[in-house]
Amino acid sequence: MKIADIVQKLKLNVKSGNDLLDREITGGYVSDMLSDVIAHAKTGYIWVTLQTHLNIIPVASMRELSGIIIVNSRQPDPDTLKKAEEEKIPVLGTDMRAFQVVGKLYQLGISGEHEDI
Amino acid sequence: MGSYISWALAENMKTYKADLHIHTCLSPCADLEMSPRNIVREAIKSGLDIIGICDHNTCENVPYVQKCADNFDISIIGGIEVTSREEAHIIVLFDSADALFAMQKTIYDHLAGTNDERLYGDQVVVNEKDEVVNFNKRLLIGATELSIENIVARAHDLNGLAIASHVDRPSFSVISQLGFIPEGLQLDALEISDRNRIDIFKGMSLPLVTSSDAHCLNHIGKNYTNFTMECVNLEEIRRSLLGQEGRKVVT
Repeated sequence: MKIADIVQKLKLNVKSGNDLLDREITGGYVSDMLSDVIAHAKTGYIWVTLQTHLNIIPVASMRELSGIIIVNSRQPDPDTLKKAEEEKIPVLGTDMRAFQVVGKLYQLGISGEHEDI
Repeated sequence: MGSYISWALAENMKTYKADLHIHTCLSPCADLEMSPRNIVREAIKSGLDIIGICDHNTCENVPYVQKCADNFDISIIGGIEVTSREEAHIIVLFDSADALFAMQKTIYDHLAGTNDERLYGDQVVVNEKDEVVNFNKRLLIGATELSIENIVARAHDLNGLAIASHVDRPSFSVISQLGFIPEGLQLDALEISDRNRIDIFKGMSLPLVTSSDAHCLNHIGKNYTNFTMECVNLEEIRRSLLGQEGRKVVT
């Protein structure tokens, strides 16, 4: 499953990284505590959050995540999107709640499971 | 000559024991025994020279704590522990009541909701005589719509200090919420709540303080920071944090 597929199926708004949508999604993680994301998200995961702060980009970059979905119609700051372009992180927006987004991703076959659990 | 000057400056300096982060009974999560009178009495008993009063998203008890301290040799610094939209706690401290209440207005303008005493606890405004003035109805435990950057900038516009609360804790800290201290964030210091964890933060470029974050009387002064400076005001505290001209902080 690629970023482009979930953009199309979940009708997400692409806020940054239009040229990066062919990235492969390996799994997913949902959390609004960035320290928790740093600790648990894996390479290639799509990250679902309501945080819009600039720091989400370095965190996604550090963990080599495939992209970020910002829920609840929250708008990322201009600085966040600028950094996202620099760090090549796709940022996607939606009016849906995190619960709905994760449910739909699961239905598409994207899970958050890995060998530690 | 240079050494003579620094020696002369050091002569004028005193070391003050400060606990800059104490809640009152106005914070829903604090004990009701945290009245202005009890706090001042307990702080004096703990040998503190300076205390900071920082309730969640409000400062309405600060003037009463200051009145209680009028006849004692202890300084009260008015502050607020602000909850940012990222749900990180930031301590802001001010010298003047005008600045403090201006900060509170900014917070109130960006804080939604009504408190439910049954769920979160009472939010009691108590005067210097231990009399209940009123109950604050706002959802003080909630998060404001202000970003961390907005809070720090607003505090500085009002000549205040901004300190990231308990950055060593796993919740409601800048580091738990944002993973690390955002680049360019103009914090004046980081607060560490557990002295045993100070070493972890010593490599950071920001000054460190330790405070009790007391929500009950017997925690007041449990953690404190020594400030060596000329007198007690916010500018002297700021200069101590920067280590200017012989001033210093020791955690």
